[in-house]
Amino acid sequence: MEETQSKFMQKSSKRKIEQFGRTISFICIAFIVLIVLSILYFVISKGVSTFTTDGVSVIDFLFGDIWRPGEVGENGEPLVGALPMILGSFFVTLLSALLATPFSIAAAIYMVEISPKAGKKILQPVIELLVGIPSVVYGFIGLTVVVPFIRSIFGGTGFGILSATIVLFVMILPTVTSMAVDALKSVPRHYREASLAMGGTRWQTIYKVVLRAATPGLLTAVVFGMARAFGEALAVQMVIGNAAMVPTDLITPASTLTSILTMSMGNTVMGTLENNVLWSLATILLVMALFFNILTRWIGKKGAMK
Amino acid sequence: MNSKKADKIAVGVIYVMSAVIVLILASLLLFILWRGLPQISWEFLTAPAKSFQVGGGVGIQLFNSFYLLILTMLISTPLALGAAIYLSEYAKQNWLTDFVRTAIEVLSSLPSVVVGLFGFLIFVIQWDFGFSILSGALALTIFNLPLLTRTIEDSLQAIPATQREAGLALGLSRWETVTRVILPAALPGIITGMILAAGRIFGEAAALIYTAGQSAPALDFTNWNPQSITSPLNIFRPAETLAVHIWKINSEGVMPDGEQVSAGASAVLILAVMLFNLGSRYLGRKLQKKATSE
Repeated sequence: MEETQSKFMQKSSKRKIEQFGRTISFICIAFIVLIVLSILYFVISKGVSTFTTDGVSVIDFLFGDIWRPGEVGENGEPLVGALPMILGSFFVTLLSALLATPFSIAAAIYMVEISPKAGKKILQPVIELLVGIPSVVYGFIGLTVVVPFIRSIFGGTGFGILSATIVLFVMILPTVTSMAVDALKSVPRHYREASLAMGGTRWQTIYKVVLRAATPGLLTAVVFGMARAFGEALAVQMVIGNAAMVPTDLITPASTLTSILTMSMGNTVMGTLENNVLWSLATILLVMALFFNILTRWIGKKGAMK
Repeated sequence: MNSKKADKIAVGVIYVMSAVIVLILASLLLFILWRGLPQISWEFLTAPAKSFQVGGGVGIQLFNSFYLLILTMLISTPLALGAAIYLSEYAKQNWLTDFVRTAIEVLSSLPSVVVGLFGFLIFVIQWDFGFSILSGALALTIFNLPLLTRTIEDSLQAIPATQREAGLALGLSRWETVTRVILPAALPGIITGMILAAGRIFGEAAALIYTAGQSAPALDFTNWNPQSITSPLNIFRPAETLAVHIWKINSEGVMPDGEQVSAGASAVLILAVMLFNLGSRYLGRKLQKKATSE
């Protein structure tokens, strides 16, 4: 009697296994969340210490145009204006996205609407392969091909925003194209059939129906490409020239947030102002990544097909 | 006839633009291979690098890349697998799950240089691992986790619900259903995802320059004692990888034959990525066949 009772009161072995598995998998997911939170916490708290510990004003940091950490200006304030890098980052991102968008959408239209067979056989494998090419390789090609080319046409050193834009354009092209292809593919077939049945030409169908229906997906693709361009470090660092000056044209050396970060982090001592401002730059990068994230979510929500 | 003309023009423009893309991308690939392949020889792949002389190889860097790749996969696969199982099988639809998914999405959208800096701050300095393989592998794990989790979750989700019901109906616990029924069925997808992740890890450099370091001390390939500093297996030695090597040579510019070495190393990287790509497709198809025909 006792024995039977205790058998019923105990957890079954199945229940134990179940609990074990659930706990293990929960620990894994909790660990990942912990990593994310600690990245946000450590990077942001380090970045904020420029303003709290070293007393630099946020306005001076964001809009100051002289970047000479370690030196102080006439008013005794340290010269840590990040405007040159912020502008550089935004310029290369916007320009490369502006360049890549029409080409990517054209290629996607070709692959989905005009010649799916050739698209699948030729373009698809090439694009898939290029998505996986490491960014240093793009940087190396930029350094040996794009920079000399720009130099021979415009003179100067060849380093600068234009070279960085071209490298980033080629780099985000495969990513944006493959996402645009997915967006076009998700437009239901009967939309096209309805348009064609009403006498629309192929281009009218593409332009007035397919592209309109796929707009949210295409926007997401472009935003994704921009996020990648904004966060790219080494490929840009290799071709932009890394001069922390407010860019005045496209062919003189400039710099981006990522390029200055990769250049300087190893040369500064932890805890000093020179080091803290670098973490502030990293914080800007992080905030922009969050912004791109929110933007894609917002586009997805607004444009969800009902 | 106006709309017909517009149709012709527009389609023509699309043809031209697509052709331009193919031209750019194809010439990029061919250029890398054409420049790099002549550099590749057994000597190049095995010899140590020389900083100031002509004729250095990439042997140590190549070994470091593979060693880091293996360590990273060893750390990140169980974690990603557990997380994916939780998300796919256990997570309820509530705010907590939403929060977790958002966190993973945020992690995947972080620039790799930020991940590298975080690794530098925590692993290299705080935990005092120094510039080492271990720091590099941990940073790459962070970099790899979100995407790997998502691909594994997708392959788990692709298994029909009837399989789960069958497992439960036979009296298996949910965990047993997952490990005995769902995982084996999802294996082809998981392996494909892992190989693609491997390609990404192999070429990553920004997350490594401040974690695994930018120097490759000489290794003694006969010394297999993991505690010795010259041993290839030592996880506390600085380890420049192939991708970091390319960046380093080009931004320093002291190596006399830097361009040739980078061209060769780039070609090796591309070939490796191609191999990973083709391998994942081949293996995925083969496993799929085996799983479905038996």
